[in-house]
Amino acid sequence: MTSSHPADAPGRVRRRKTSQLGDKIFFNAARGAGILLLVIMAAIAGFLAYRSALALSKNQGNFLTTFEWAPDAPKPVFGIAVLAFGTIVSAVIAMVIAVPVAIGIALFISHYAPRKIAQPFAYLVDLLAAVPSIVYGLWGALFLVPHLDGLTSWMDQYLGWTYVFDQTRAGTTPRTLFTVGILLAIMVLPIITAVTREVFRQVPRMHEEAALALGATRWEMIRTSVLPFGRPGIISASMLGLGRALGETIAVAVVLSSNSVLSLHLLDPGGGTFAQNIALKFNEAGSFGRDALMASGLVLFVITLLVNGAARMIVARRKEYSGANA
Amino acid sequence: MKLQRNGRSKALVVGAMALVSSLSLAACGSDDNTGGAGAAGTSAPAAAAIACGKAGALVAAGSTAQGNAIDVWKTNFGNACAGSSVNYSGGGSGAGVQQFTQGKVQFAGSDSALKPAEVDATKAVCTGGQGINLPLVAGLISIVFNVDGVDKLTLDGATTAKIFDSQITKWNDPAIAALNPGVNLPAADIQAFHRSDDSGTTDNLTKYFAKASGGAWSYPSSKTWAGKGGQSASGSAGLAAQVKQVKNSISYVELSFAQTNSLKSAAINTGASKPVEATADNAATTFAKAKIAGTGSDLALTLDYATKEEGSYPLVLVTYEIVCDKGNKADTLETLKSFLTYAASDGGQQAIGSTGYVPLPKELASKVQAVIPTLA
Repeated sequence: MTSSHPADAPGRVRRRKTSQLGDKIFFNAARGAGILLLVIMAAIAGFLAYRSALALSKNQGNFLTTFEWAPDAPKPVFGIAVLAFGTIVSAVIAMVIAVPVAIGIALFISHYAPRKIAQPFAYLVDLLAAVPSIVYGLWGALFLVPHLDGLTSWMDQYLGWTYVFDQTRAGTTPRTLFTVGILLAIMVLPIITAVTREVFRQVPRMHEEAALALGATRWEMIRTSVLPFGRPGIISASMLGLGRALGETIAVAVVLSSNSVLSLHLLDPGGGTFAQNIALKFNEAGSFGRDALMASGLVLFVITLLVNGAARMIVARRKEYSGANA
Repeated sequence: MKLQRNGRSKALVVGAMALVSSLSLAACGSDDNTGGAGAAGTSAPAAAAIACGKAGALVAAGSTAQGNAIDVWKTNFGNACAGSSVNYSGGGSGAGVQQFTQGKVQFAGSDSALKPAEVDATKAVCTGGQGINLPLVAGLISIVFNVDGVDKLTLDGATTAKIFDSQITKWNDPAIAALNPGVNLPAADIQAFHRSDDSGTTDNLTKYFAKASGGAWSYPSSKTWAGKGGQSASGSAGLAAQVKQVKNSISYVELSFAQTNSLKSAAINTGASKPVEATADNAATTFAKAKIAGTGSDLALTLDYATKEEGSYPLVLVTYEIVCDKGNKADTLETLKSFLTYAASDGGQQAIGSTGYVPLPKELASKVQAVIPTLA
C-alpha cells in the first residue's frame, strides 16, 4: 500500500489526508450510532417511567400483588401479578420446547444433513421467522387449539397428579398458557436455530477432526467438541428467542383465553401476559388506563433487561471454559 | 461463488417479502367481512341522495363497533362527491375521544356519550362551543349459542346474567328449563365466552344486566369484563369464532357477527306476552322509546334496558359521532355537515341496515337531521 518513492510524496500526503477525513467521519458516525442507541433506550425508559409514575400514584391496589386490571374504574385498581406470572410461564414453556429442538435442527443442518439438503432446509427454517405473528395467531386459534384437545386430555389423565397438568374445567378448549407456550416455541424456533447453526459452523475443523481421530463416534465428537464450543452461542440464541417470547403480543392475544386469575393449572384457560394485556386494553383505555398499561410495559422492559443481563453474565463466564477463544 | 450466493439470497429476500405481504393481506381480508359486501350492494341507490358540500377530506377515529357502518358511508360518500373523502381509523372509543379533544380529528366515533369531564376537555378545541353526541349508528347485541338439538332458546335478564357469572353452569339448569318448556336441554356444562379486550359491547351488556337482572349481576357496568369464570376471546369476531367452534357455548356479539357467522340468537323474555327475538325491527321499537338525555343539540340517549313493551328488544346499543356544536374547523365544516347529513338520512341509515346495524327510527333520525345544519 505505502510506496517509498519520493516522487509520490505529495500524492501520498493528500491520500492520507482524505483517509484521515474518512476515518473521522466513520468514527463519528459509529460513535453517533452508539450514542443514539443509548439515547433511544434512555428515552423509552424515561417515557415509561414518567407515565408509570402518574398511574402508580393513584393506584388503590398493590401494583405487584394485585390480580385484577381495572385502572379506569372509579377506584383504580391494577396489578401485574397475573401478567408477570403468565409472561414468564409461557416463555419458559416455549424455551423448554424450543431450545432442544432448535439445537437438534442446527446440528442436523451443520453436521448431519447432506449439503444438498442442508441449504434448502436452512432457508426453510429461516422462512419461519418471516411469517407475521398475526398469522401464527390465527393458525394457533383455528388449527392448533382444536388439535391440542387430545394431547391436553391425555396429559390431564396421566399427568394430572402433578397439579400443574390437572384440568379442572372439563369441556373447555385448550386456549391456555400451555398452548401459548407451544405456539411461542414455534415462533422462536427459527431465531434460535439460525444463530446456533452459525455458531456450530464456526467450530474449528481441527477440534472435530481431533475428536474423530481419537476414535470418537459422530455423536461423541459433537458432544466433546461442537457443543462445548457452541455453548455461549446457544445461550445467546436462547436469550434472543426468550426476548421474542416475552414480548410476543398479537399471537398470544388471539390464542389465549385471558382472565385475571392466577392459576397454576396450566391446562385451564386463563392468565395473561404483559404484551397481550396491553394490546387488548389499549384501544378502549382512558388516558389514565394508558398510563397504567405503560407501567406494565416498564415492568416488561425491566424483566427483559434483567434476562439479557443474566445471559451476558452467563456467556462471559462460560467463555473461559468452553474453548471459544481457541 | 460469492456473487452466486449473493444473488440467491437476494432472490430469497424477494420471495420472502412476497410471501409476507400476501400473508398479511390475507390476514387483513379475513378481518373485514361485512363492510365490503354491503358497500358494493348499496352504493348505487344511495349515491343519488347525497348532497355534496364543498369538497374536503375528513379525518376521524374511534369506535370499532361502528367501523363497518362508516366504511359503507365513506364509500358511498366518496363515490358521490368527487374530491371528498373520509379517513376513519378505528382505534377504539377511548382513542377517538382523546384524539378529538386534541383537535386531531373532525369527529370521533364513540360507544358511549361524553362524560362531563370529557365535555369540559372538548371546550378547548371547540372554540365557543363544546362536544356533542349525535346518535347515528344503532345496533343490537345477540346472545348467541351453540347447543346440539336446540334451535330456539329463550332467556331473561337474570338467567343470562347468572350464566355469564358462572352461577348457572349446566344447560339443563331449572332456571333455563323453566323459560324453555318443551325444549330438550342437554346436561352439559355451559361454555360461556366473554370479551378479553375492553369493549363497548361488554359495557352495554352489563348496563343491561344492571337494569334487567334483578340484582343477579352484582358488578357495576363497565367496558372491562368483571364476571366470574368463563372463557374469553378478543373482538366480536373472536367470540363468534369460538361459539361456532365450541359445543354448548354461549356468548354475546353484535347482530352483524351473528348473521355473518350464521349463529343462533336467543330470544329474550322481557315480561312481554311473548319472548322478543333479536331482530332489527324489535330493536328499532326500543330506540323509538329512547329518551334524550342530552340538552340542546346534544342528543345522548337513555335506553330503557328494562323495557316490557311488546316486541321491544332490550339488549341494544347506540354509538355516537362526537362533533363540536360550535367551533368546528372552518375549512372542513361543510364537508362534515354533508357527510353527517347523508349518514342520518334515510338512504344512509338503510345502507347500514343491510350490514347488520339497526336503522334509526324516523323520529329519532329527524332529530339528528335537525341538529346537523346548526353545526358551526
